[in-house]
Amino acid sequence: MFLGMSEAMLERLWQATLDTLVMVAVSGVISILLGLLLGVALYVTRPGRFLARPLLHGLLGIIVNVGRSIPFIILMVAIVPFTRLLVGSSIGINAAIVPLTVAAIPFVARLVEGSLNEVSPGLIEAAQSMGATAPQIILKVLLPEARGGLITAATITLITLIGYSAMAGAVGAGGLGAIGINYGYNRYDSAVMISTVTIMVVLVQLIQMIGDYLVRKAQHK
Amino acid sequence: MITLENIVKTYGSGERAVTALDGIDLHVAAGTISGVIGLSGAGKSTLIRCVNLLERPTSGRVEVDGVELTSLDTAGLRAARHQIGMIFQHFNLLDSRTVYANVALPLELMKMDKAQIRERVLPLLELTGLASMAERHPAQLSGGQKQRVAIARALASRPKVLLCDEATSALDPHTTTSILALLKEINQKLGLTILLITHEMEVVKTICDQVSLIEGGKLVETAEVGRFFTAPASRAARAFINDYLELEIPPELLARMGESSDGRTHPVVRLTFGTESVDRPLISHLSRRFDIDISILQARVEAIQSHTLGLMIAELIGDPETTAEVIAYMQSIDLDVEVIGHVPGNE
Ligand SMILES: Nc1ncnc2c1ncn2[C@@H]1O[C@H](COP(=O)(O)OP(=O)(O)O)[C@@H](O)[C@H]1O
Ligand SMILES: [Mg+2]
Repeated sequence: MFLGMSEAMLERLWQATLDTLVMVAVSGVISILLGLLLGVALYVTRPGRFLARPLLHGLLGIIVNVGRSIPFIILMVAIVPFTRLLVGSSIGINAAIVPLTVAAIPFVARLVEGSLNEVSPGLIEAAQSMGATAPQIILKVLLPEARGGLITAATITLITLIGYSAMAGAVGAGGLGAIGINYGYNRYDSAVMISTVTIMVVLVQLIQMIGDYLVRKAQHK
Repeated sequence: MITLENIVKTYGSGERAVTALDGIDLHVAAGTISGVIGLSGAGKSTLIRCVNLLERPTSGRVEVDGVELTSLDTAGLRAARHQIGMIFQHFNLLDSRTVYANVALPLELMKMDKAQIRERVLPLLELTGLASMAERHPAQLSGGQKQRVAIARALASRPKVLLCDEATSALDPHTTTSILALLKEINQKLGLTILLITHEMEVVKTICDQVSLIEGGKLVETAEVGRFFTAPASRAARAFINDYLELEIPPELLARMGESSDGRTHPVVRLTFGTESVDRPLISHLSRRFDIDISILQARVEAIQSHTLGLMIAELIGDPETTAEVIAYMQSIDLDVEVIGHVPGNE
């Protein structure tokens, strides 16, 4: 299908693929780091847990839920002023990274909280009985024990971000989404359309395979 | 070594409040193995978790090795916990770590350096029979091996006290025996004081020096193990021991048995022989000395560490005066007699 395309078009597709990868990678790294922090905070502050702060937990929960309930396309538009403030523009890759990151943080947070919930409370108790501090419990017990679930969470996040980045592309972010809309949809160039979709499918497959491999390596069950 | 004073633990408040512990006083002497036994829901887990304050008592005092834990701040408590190892029913090992790294964990938490950790961990793996499994992960171990890792881990910080929360309840009888033997070994080799909770009499019988029976959040009876079995003071303890020994009254006898005697009935007695009287030919002696027949309905001899315990349920067949005399005589010698009922005679 790539055969018969002009060199300029191939060049454009290549550039768009790189743009998509940059958007997904940068927003992925930032949102996974911040989402991890938020997810751990959600977990440890839950009533009954070792840093129980019911009020803070409730507040964080509401923020996360609000973040997760706003459709990405609306969020992207809604935070344009914030995006401008941060990167000085509301179009282009840099501008797209802001809403992608903002949208992904609460998503990651819930996934992280979910994987931490899978860790047996008995392990935390055992650590406490050894005199572990709260940071030690988090770093030496919780996160390592939840490794498999956390890698799965990261995989899901990156794949979701590929989809979101395509949406962002439709409204001026560049990347594969933009090409797909501009050529495939607006100009009825089905070869381009199929190519962009194919590239995205391959990207998703690759991420999933790497993720699965890492989960298998992390688990000793 | 461990002193609990008037420990009360209440969960929840208002109408839904549950009093899990209701004024517990317990003392465990240094170097001994003490057991707390009770039925499910009696408050055993809550009790043992109050010792290292995993559960904070609603009121009362906890003292371990001369330190009053209940008055320590967070940092003080963490330091004190290094002196108190704990093992659990479900082992609570980290799946992400090897056997070696599991045992090393408490030392890492104490910020010990790698070389020192190695010096501590290797002998412990040796002691617990895990030397060849250092690089395995818990998923590759049997239940008994997992509990050995947990024991090694609990010993890593060189504690003075080891708490065992139903440590053998998830294990088969054979593995239970080997874990109990290991606990006894470390008690003797390292002079470790052990407090364990269990619902299994076998555990108490095999390794405990002292035992307490807990019921409804209260300690009903605390006694030296031999005494507990041979001369239980409380009704609850007797019921527990009977249950364990499966010394049941045959159902057809139970059907005929009534509470009152009327001159035509025979008493059914439960006899407990202590170490001194268990070897004596008491039954034939009694029937020769008094004019009665003794029909043995159930009997059992049990070895409890250095004690021997004989238990018997028997029907005393004779006229009421004679049987009363026999019972009085039994009470005058080293024999615990309880009349559990009366059955109509066959004449
Ligand atoms: N976290 C808790 N919240 C409320 N009730 C509890 C809690 N833990 C234990 N209990 C109650 O306290 C009582 C004693 O429980 P536990 O100590 O676990 O008993 P055991 O270990 O002897 O089976 C039970 O009635 C149980 O329902
Ligand atoms: Mg329990």
